Amino acid sequence: MTQQNNLNPESSLPAEQSPKDLIIQMNRIVKTFNIGQPNELEILHGIDLTVHRGEFLAIVGQSGAGKSTLMNIIGVLDRPTSGEYFLDGVDVANAKDQQLSSIRNAKIGFVFQTFNLIPRTTALKNVELPMLYAGVSKSERTRRAKELLELVGMGERMGHDPNELSGGQKQRVAIARAMANDPAIILADEPTGALDSVTGRMVMDLFHQLHREKGKTIVLITHSKELAAETQRIVTISDGNIVSEQRGMA
Amino acid sequence: MDLLENISLAITGLLANKMRALLTMLGIIIGIAAVITIITLGNSIQGTITDTMQEMGGNNIMLMLQNRTAQMTYTVDETDLITEEMLETAQQMYPNEISAFSASESVGSGQAKDGRKYSNLSLSGVNEGYKLANNITMLAGRFINDRDMLRESQVAVISDRTAQAMFGSVEASLGGELRIYCGEEIWTFTVVGVYEYAEDSTTAMMMAMMNGMSAEADIPTNCYMPVTTSWRLSGYAEGYSQVTVIANPHVDSAQLASRLSDFFERSYYRDNVNYTVYAMSMDTIIGQMNSIMSTMSLAVSVIAGISLLVGGIGVMNIMLVSITERTREIGTRKALGATNASIRMQFIVESVIICLIGGAIGVALGIAGGTLGANLLGQPSRPTLSSIAVAVFFSMAIGVFFGYYPANKAAKMDPIEALRYE
Repeated sequence: MTQQNNLNPESSLPAEQSPKDLIIQMNRIVKTFNIGQPNELEILHGIDLTVHRGEFLAIVGQSGAGKSTLMNIIGVLDRPTSGEYFLDGVDVANAKDQQLSSIRNAKIGFVFQTFNLIPRTTALKNVELPMLYAGVSKSERTRRAKELLELVGMGERMGHDPNELSGGQKQRVAIARAMANDPAIILADEPTGALDSVTGRMVMDLFHQLHREKGKTIVLITHSKELAAETQRIVTISDGNIVSEQRGMA
Repeated sequence: MDLLENISLAITGLLANKMRALLTMLGIIIGIAAVITIITLGNSIQGTITDTMQEMGGNNIMLMLQNRTAQMTYTVDETDLITEEMLETAQQMYPNEISAFSASESVGSGQAKDGRKYSNLSLSGVNEGYKLANNITMLAGRFINDRDMLRESQVAVISDRTAQAMFGSVEASLGGELRIYCGEEIWTFTVVGVYEYAEDSTTAMMMAMMNGMSAEADIPTNCYMPVTTSWRLSGYAEGYSQVTVIANPHVDSAQLASRLSDFFERSYYRDNVNYTVYAMSMDTIIGQMNSIMSTMSLAVSVIAGISLLVGGIGVMNIMLVSITERTREIGTRKALGATNASIRMQFIVESVIICLIGGAIGVALGIAGGTLGANLLGQPSRPTLSSIAVAVFFSMAIGVFFGYYPANKAAKMDPIEALRYE
């Protein structure tokens, strides 16, 4: 565990960025499971995390460090037990269940290790799905889904079902899907974990491309130090605490 | 998430598991098919009965001797029979209500023969009112009348078929002599009228089949003679065990029936320990038939209802399996922003689609079964729109009812757990 001196995240960023550009603002996030029961367990012990618009960030940590729990909270799949969380200006910690769905739909683009494309549903329909839940019109959905599939290099295979696609192709469709509603952040959970090194490289290149060309805010959750090093900032968590923040190579 | 998307999604899902979908639908298919078959068939039978009764005269009343003791002894004495005199008195009692009486007495089967020419006959003694009650269409001459009755004349009214066979034409037969062989006896009749033989008479067909007659020309047609003549020739007791009362239009036949019943009891049968006269209006008979059919339909509907219940439980079971299999998909959908309501709607639509397809197959099978059954009975098939509408409604209701619990379970899944599900 390498402790670095630049614990202040602002110091690693260009000086002209204002607080308006804060996409994620987490203060003293605590997550406790099985509250009030004998096996009560505090997983996150007060996380402070700030992510700026257009930032490419990696969260690293070994299994059991609280990485997944933090990711679930960032991704609005779960609410913190205590603490404040503002996502793109929305108070997530105090939102109701119904609101969480629409926050996820509008603000977050998930990319999973296991792709999680909907089976028996074409690549095009998969990419359309988040827009379907957002109530986007049919013609607009199709237009944007095609555009996104072209962007990730899957324009030729948009009519194929997931089981007709290779792992790398599935992940590219999943990334296109994550982009569908133009979310505030793309949250990628071990996106190369199920891929070989060559296709994994292609997926990482795609993230770099989206970051560079589209200015996307990307949060990459990984246990790989090599992949994390490619990003702009590396946040290491261990035992439910952020133990270090380093500048990456990007 | 709009409905059309949900429907196409559900159909895609079903097509991926055709066999499973079909087996799931089976209960619904059987239930709906049973209901539609029975209703279609029931309607055919009921419709035919009603038509026949109406043809015979919905306003008619049957008078028949009824055994008081309900013992199965069918020995009717001459003194028990309804006499011509009683009928005349009844008519005098209710001149505005009673139009005529129709009576008939079967004599048996016979054959008209003249050299090589022959015609098979079914011999009946009738009175003047018989023509009215049975919608007989005369082609030439006249029907049996009251004078024939009084004189016990040996006159006959024959079918156009018999006229053709024996005399060459309908016109030539009037006034002609007809020699009829009936058992040991040979009778000579004078033809006074020719009626139109009803080609589609199912009874004649049935009789022909029972008698093993293949040639259509050999099918016996009715030959009518005065009922008094028939009594004399066959040696029967003079009187009726059964008479049809033809009521005037706009008469409440049910009420008249009860009044006639009272009249016969009071005037003639008070002292008769064995028999009384039972009067029943055709309307009552039709009503009874209909109520029997309704009871049968109800019984079948209960069985079908049980089948639908079992089918519905099958659908619920398969939906529970389906959502367990698709836990990750549900988790993914939730991560992508699906609300609980839209997940719930997705699975309810799927369940409704299963039931509706099952219902549609059931309706198709039911109509096919009903039509087949009706054809076997020689009746027109009468599927009703209302029964189809009810079937479709029930399918949907089962889909919603049995789909709700699994759908709600899917909707309430924790997305984190669902995404992690292996």
